Amino acid sequence: MEKAKITVKDVTKVFGKSPKQAVKLLDQGKSKSEILKETGNTVGVNRASFDVYPGEIFVIMGLSGSGKSTLVRLLNRLIEPTSGQVLIDDEDIVRMKPEQLREVRRKKLSMVFQRFALFPHRTVLENTEYGLEVQNIGKENRAKKAQESLELVGLKGYENSFPSELSGGMQQRVGLARALANDPDVLLMDEAFSALDPLIRKDMQDELLELQESMEKTIVFITHDLDEALRIGDRIALMKDGSIVQIGSPEEIMTNPANDYVERFVEDVDLSKVLTASNVMKRAETLRADRGPRVALQLMKDKGLSSLYIVDKKQKLLGAITADDAAKAIDSQKDINDILITDLHTVTPDTLLTDMFTKMADSSLPLPVIDEADKFKGIIVRGAVIGALAGNETESTKSEVS
Amino acid sequence: MQLFPKIPLADWVDRFVDMLTDNLEPLFDGITSGIDWFVEGIVSILAFPPALVLIAIFTILAWWSSRWPVAIFTFLGLLLIDNLGYWDPTLDTLALVLTSVIISIILGVPLGIWASQSDRFRGIITPILDFMQTMPAFVYLIPAILFFGIGMVPGIIASVIFAMPPTIRLTNLGIRQVPEDLIEASNAFGSTTKQKLFKIQLPLATPTIMAGINQSIMLSLSMVVIASLVGAPGLGADVYRAVTQIKVGIGFEAGLAIVILAIMLDRISQNIGKTKN
Repeated sequence: MEKAKITVKDVTKVFGKSPKQAVKLLDQGKSKSEILKETGNTVGVNRASFDVYPGEIFVIMGLSGSGKSTLVRLLNRLIEPTSGQVLIDDEDIVRMKPEQLREVRRKKLSMVFQRFALFPHRTVLENTEYGLEVQNIGKENRAKKAQESLELVGLKGYENSFPSELSGGMQQRVGLARALANDPDVLLMDEAFSALDPLIRKDMQDELLELQESMEKTIVFITHDLDEALRIGDRIALMKDGSIVQIGSPEEIMTNPANDYVERFVEDVDLSKVLTASNVMKRAETLRADRGPRVALQLMKDKGLSSLYIVDKKQKLLGAITADDAAKAIDSQKDINDILITDLHTVTPDTLLTDMFTKMADSSLPLPVIDEADKFKGIIVRGAVIGALAGNETESTKSEVS
Repeated sequence: MQLFPKIPLADWVDRFVDMLTDNLEPLFDGITSGIDWFVEGIVSILAFPPALVLIAIFTILAWWSSRWPVAIFTFLGLLLIDNLGYWDPTLDTLALVLTSVIISIILGVPLGIWASQSDRFRGIITPILDFMQTMPAFVYLIPAILFFGIGMVPGIIASVIFAMPPTIRLTNLGIRQVPEDLIEASNAFGSTTKQKLFKIQLPLATPTIMAGINQSIMLSLSMVVIASLVGAPGLGADVYRAVTQIKVGIGFEAGLAIVILAIMLDRISQNIGKTKN
């Protein structure tokens, strides 16, 4: 198993006058509302534990009040944990002295905020430089790094503007540039795109994913938007009432909700935006191109197929033939290569269902699935896609009835 | 028919003030000569150029910081003061106001910063500020005479006590009003307390601090007549004399000069705060 970049162990935050007492009650298994009634303390985060691995986007999602924003602030100790450990590269943030903590914040952790939190009295460049400036890095050097960072997020030419002169999307780019300027290992993004309108939000998500391809930072991303979580998360932690109720890949969460809460959460999701070709792919009969049309026709008859996929020795997809064409080829003594249909629409195993609808509508044959090396993996038949989409609906209706 | 005998508060205060005068005389003498030297310096600088040159300088300052109506007002107002023959007392008053405001800033801004960083200190200083502002200003004059003698200095001390609280209060308020998410951002990037203060909090608090300083200027102007009771020279002394001799005309002239000075200083100081941001 890969070594974790961040390890969170039993981290708890209680707001109120007697947090230690509340922690004891938590250990006795009392709920958040019971503790509020008995002691007047509010449990922000209840014994959260998880690992975040280098280079992954770890999404923490939950509704407002679920403790997700508190949790992310416990990771860089903007909020002091009541108990538990937060290890970053095996060093416990919770036990650090102020100077050590500052050093970690300067070098390893950066944060992007929901409402951007740009300094209104500083220009875009000065905002971006801030993290370098507090490290007392020389003026020229930090301007250069900040400039690079601004170019990365596409804000070249806006260096001398003030934040108030920029649109929301551009302001958050500045927020992102500021967080990237000191080249941290870990990016903490607290509802970073939630204040943006939907189209711009989607653009920013795409850009973040694109940037992440080359940067490979470890990203902890907070959101209340399940679609966003499914889109960008490598793994997702779902929070409710301060506790983490499930951690898993987007598909695990969708297909295997740990409890009713998660199920209710995910039932409204557009499955076509979560499920990929690999989820609905069927195995299919293939035939090597050096066999004749007679063999092909026989195979199709045996299996009750109307078409067949033709591959080379290395399982590379060459094309498809139909039963009608094969019968004609036998009559006119043609080769398989003569009747091969080569202009096929193809998809890869990680293509989302939503992205294959037009291709399916355009082609009369099932969609072949191929990997990066053009190797044939299987086919997508319409029935399977409809079944997968419908499967969710029947399940959620069931849960509503029960 | 009193249930308890009267608490001898007046005696206690008298004895306390006596003790201070006896023991801290060298300190008070030092403060007196220091402030005296400073005020004299300002007066001689102000009096050095001819009246018209100084009027031009103030007009330019008003035009640069504010808009042309303020500049025209400054120009005509100061010309009127000169014409009425109140130029020298105006300079004395200006020196008194400037000195007490400068002392208010030098003491008030750091105290305000301290109050913003420490809830405990704020808890201590708030009732003291309330006391300073609500105790009738005349009362300060009595110990001020005892400690600092007669003349400009006790007037300035009384003005500072009365005028400094808004600078402290609004410095504290301005820093505390900096939005929480900016403080969070500053902390998240690993700022020290000092970096946070000088790079984020103070720049963002500047308009509020300037509003406090503006208040201090106006309050110390309101003290000029009271300061004249202990012998501070200036327009206040003319007003005081007019009152004792029941000369309505002279009282009006001197009073008008104070009003012109007040409006000019108010507009200029207000707008310096705005143009900076």
